[in-house]
Parts: sequence; structure tokens; C-alpha cells
Amino acid sequence: MIELPSFVIFYVAAILVAVLPHRLGQVLLLSTPVIGGIILHGLTADSALEWRVMQLVLTPLRIDPLSLIFGYLFHIAAFLGIVFALHLRDRWQSVTSLLYAGSALGAVFAGDFLTLFFFWEMLALTSAFLIFARKTERARSAGIRYVIIQVISGVLLLAGALVIYRQTGSLAFNHIGLGTFGSVLIFLAFGIKCAFPLLHNWLTDAYPEATVTGTVFLSAFTTKVAVYALARGFAGTEALVYIGAVMTCFPIFYAVIENDLRRVLAYSMINQIGFMVVGIGLGTALAVNGAIAHAFNDVIFKGLLMMSMGAVLFRTGRINGSDLGGLHKSMPITTTLCIVGAASISAFPLFSGFVSKSMVMMAVLEENHSIVWLALLFASAGVFHHAGIKIPFFAFFGHDSGIRSPEPPVNMLIAMSISAALCVLIGSYPWLLYSLLPFEVSYTPFDRSHVLSQLQLLAFSAVAFAWLKISGLYPPELRSTNIDAEWLYRRFVPCIIRVITGEISRVRDVVMKLLRVSNKTIMNSVFRHYGPKGTLARTWPTGSMVLWVAVLLAASLLLYYL
Amino acid sequence: MSEHKHFFDKVRNVRAVLWTLFVVCVLLFVADLILERHVDHPWEAFFGFYVLFGFFSCVVLVLIAKQMRKVLMRKENYYEDND
Repeated sequence: MIELPSFVIFYVAAILVAVLPHRLGQVLLLSTPVIGGIILHGLTADSALEWRVMQLVLTPLRIDPLSLIFGYLFHIAAFLGIVFALHLRDRWQSVTSLLYAGSALGAVFAGDFLTLFFFWEMLALTSAFLIFARKTERARSAGIRYVIIQVISGVLLLAGALVIYRQTGSLAFNHIGLGTFGSVLIFLAFGIKCAFPLLHNWLTDAYPEATVTGTVFLSAFTTKVAVYALARGFAGTEALVYIGAVMTCFPIFYAVIENDLRRVLAYSMINQIGFMVVGIGLGTALAVNGAIAHAFNDVIFKGLLMMSMGAVLFRTGRINGSDLGGLHKSMPITTTLCIVGAASISAFPLFSGFVSKSMVMMAVLEENHSIVWLALLFASAGVFHHAGIKIPFFAFFGHDSGIRSPEPPVNMLIAMSISAALCVLIGSYPWLLYSLLPFEVSYTPFDRSHVLSQLQLLAFSAVAFAWLKISGLYPPELRSTNIDAEWLYRRFVPCIIRVITGEISRVRDVVMKLLRVSNKTIMNSVFRHYGPKGTLARTWPTGSMVLWVAVLLAASLLLYYL
Repeated sequence: MSEHKHFFDKVRNVRAVLWTLFVVCVLLFVADLILERHVDHPWEAFFGFYVLFGFFSCVVLVLIAKQMRKVLMRKENYYEDND
């Protein structure tokens, strides 16, 4: 088999889709991930393709179990996203989605920092067009902020890579571990893309502003590339355990009070990535397996939830919880599929989230992190609450908004159905997924204690929701903006800059005024002396000059003799 | 346009769903008594640990989030109005 990097297939297809007629383009769009997947399957495991550019050794294709599982995942995600977007007659979005998926594949198969950096930045640029394509003012400004933050992440990655290159003389991307200055830079670069706390706001800012189909692509690739990069470079870094624990907990509070349902999903995405980050931080075989399995499942169930909310937005033009409700009456299929996604993210037994999240929880217990374990348990209950109940409840049930929109186009239903089927398949037969994981799996998800305790946790969370809702304690959905870390760069810093520039211009005004006054005084005095009537401009009689010369001579003679 | 009544339009059906949930919860609670749960952490051994944790963590989550609104909530066009 020819060793053809996956990104090449996607990039070439993107160019062809840009020029081919619509129908042919659709066929090509659909077949790209299929062909890519087949070629990927044929590649030899544990191999690498190396290119020599001047003195540098670049590795555009490194196949090992860790990169391979992400490779398969991204092909599946690209296929699902393409099916979901097939009704579109927007060539620009089709092309950028292919380039975006190709860049994600390029990044996970990159064996060196330079290749990784290239695809890291390509991910940022290509995905931004999926935000701009919404063509609203909000999307435009959110897209610009998104690009700036993503490019900063890329620059940090490049800087870190160069520092490491200076020290070790190698660009190879393997385990890094925290310690040196270069590694900290790379850690931050990965952290931005992975939505670490305080670096997370680009995600909740930009994803809900992207197009209906764009958000589905966005939710699949960028953050999962970052999860892969962390698993490759920083597995076993203890700081990640605590960072991940914070990531699982703080977004759920925001998710409860957020009105835009796609933004609720964006917050819940950070929460799910938190579980993966904890797993990577622990670094044991079970933990890393769990993190990667959870990334795999998350792409599919989060994609499904984003699709169902996308379908609602597509049909009703609304996405705020306060404007929706009662849609199950006219969109029963979408409702059912959304509930499958909700059950999967909530980790109901027999749905996909359960078989992967429980691995991470188990690994946390094995490593005796009691507090982190409690935090993850709290986050598990919380995710059921906001993603499992809130999303379907406020969109499809709850207060009847009176909207009776039809089911979405058939391609959207197909994409959602395949995703839902995968959620149930992996959830009921997890060994399909386990066989792809980088380490041997001896874990059995369906033991009685796990199933019972998880069901108890979920059922009583549901009772809590029902009780809060009936008693009127549950906060109503309100049209609002909740300030988050982005307030720092959208409000605080601009305000500081405004104050500083205001002060500078005030000082400048005062200085200018003083200068003007002193200028005037100087000019007046010059005018007095040299002006048409000035003493020095007068015509002097010759006699008086001779007299003065005589006086001066006399004075100098006198001084000479003294 | 008259619309036929949907399942959840009838209060009786909503009640039925809620009662089903309560019955399931009671069964799960009883299951904690009967079934031996294998324990990996001492805290798990407390009777009804997951039951109580599930319920109270959700209540605490929502009540704290509700209080957070007082500090965090701004009008919908908060950023646009001053950009």
C-alpha cells in the first residue's frame, strides 16, 4: 500500500470540491472520508514516513495506536458532519470543512513539531471560516477573537518547539513532560486549544456563533486534537489531574444558567474534556485508555447533541431556551435522537458515555485521589442535569412555545441516526472501541456495583431536577449574557486601554496648551524687539553710532589701564 | 387550527411519568439494601451514598448557579452595546 498521509486526501478533495459542479462535489464530499478511512486502514501500523527538508527531518505520517484511533475517529466525525451538511449549497463551507478535517488528521499524524505547528495553525484558519459563514456581526467579531486566540496558541507552540530544538537538536514530537521553559510554552499552547480554565472562553464564545453545520465540525476536531497532543506529550503530568478536575466542575454552573442551548453544550464540552484531561494527568494505562475512549465517544455524542440543536436552530431560527419548548410535538424523531445523545453524555449504562467515563473514575480511585474523585462524581451528576435533562427538556418539552416546525432535512436525520446508533453500539458492545485503545484493556464496565451506583446517581439527579422544577426553585431561562473570563479581554482590558488613552490625550492637551501659551509669549517678545516697530529694527543715525563707538573705545582704554 | 392533544398535554400523563421516576428511585434505593455493592473507596460504603450524592449535588449545583446569576448576569447585548 502507498504511504499516503490522510490530510493529502482531504486537501486534494477540498480543491476538487471547489471547482466541481454541485452534485459531483457532493459525491466527492461523501466519499472522501470513506476512501480516507480505507487507505488509513491499509497503512502499516507502527510506521513513519519521513521527509528531509534541508537539514530537518519532518515526519508527516506517524502511525501508532495512539494516532491511529484519533485517525479513525476523525474520519467518522468528518463523515457524520458531511452527511449532516449535505443539504448546503455553500461551496465555501464544504471546502473549509474538508480542509479543517484534513488539518485535524495532519495534526494527529504529525511526528514532529514543525508539521504539528503547520496543522495547528491550519486548524485555526480553516475552522474560522465556519464561524464567519454565519454572516452575522456577532459571528464576525467572535470569529476574529477566535482566530487571534488560536494563533496565539500556535505561536506559543512554535516558540516552545524552537526552545526545545535549541536544547535537544531534535524536532521529534514525543513525550515532553513539564520542566523546561520550552515545555511550559508548549503546555500552554495545548492548554489554550484544550480549553483549560481561564483559557477556555474562545470555545464558549465562538462555537455557538458558528453556522448550524459548522458547529458540528468545530465540536469534533480542535479540542480533540489538543487532547491527543496532551496524551502524547504530557501523559502522567500531575498538574493535569487538578486542571481537569476544575474543568469538569466550573462549566456546569454556567451551563445551568445559560440560555443559548448551543452555548450550554459548549460549556458541557469543557466539562467532558475535563474528564479526559484528568485521565491523561494520571497517566496509568487504564486512565489514558479511559481518556482516549471518552474522547472518541464525546465526539460522537456531543456531535449528535450539536446536530439536534443545529436542527432546531435550522428549522425554528431560534436556539434560546427561553424561546423554545414543546417541539417534540412536531419533531418527534429529532427529539428521540437528542435523548439518545443526552443519555450517552450522561453515561447511562448501555450508552457510550458509561463505558469510557467509568474507566477514568476507576483510575482516579486506583490512584487515591479522593477529592478529585468527588469532584468528578459531582460533575457526572451535573452533566446529566444540564446536558442530559436541560437540553432536551427546554428544547422539546417544558413550556410549549407554540412553534410547530417540521423535522429537519433527511440528510440531517440520517447523520443523527448514525451517530445515535454508534452511541448505542459502543455503549452496549464497548469491546469494539476497547480493541482500538493504545493499551491492553482488562476493564469490565458492566459489573453490578458500577451499574447500580450509576443508576442511583442519575435517577436521584433526575428527582432533584423534578423537585426543583415543580417547587419553582429552578432558575428560569432568561435572555441574558453571563460574564466569564472573556470579560477580561472584552471589557476590562478595553476599558483600561480607554482610560489610559484618555489620560494620555488629556496630558497631551495640557502640554499643548502650555506650549501654545509659551510660544505666544516668546513670539510676542520677539515681535516687540524685531518687529516693524521693534527697538532693534529701528534705523539709527550715523552720528549716534559714532558716539557709541567712541564710548566703547573709551571704556576699553580705561579698563586696559586699570 | 385545532390540534390533537399530545401525550404531555394531559396532566395525568405527566403525573404518570413522574410517578414512574419515583418508583424507579425507590426500587434503586431498596436495591442498595439488598444488593452487595462492591466498594473501591471507603466513602462509597456509606448506605445510600450515590442516592444522596446524586440528589444533593444537583440541588446544590442549581442553587449556587442561581446565586451566581446575581453577580454574573448582564443584559443580552452586554458586549455589543459597548464594543
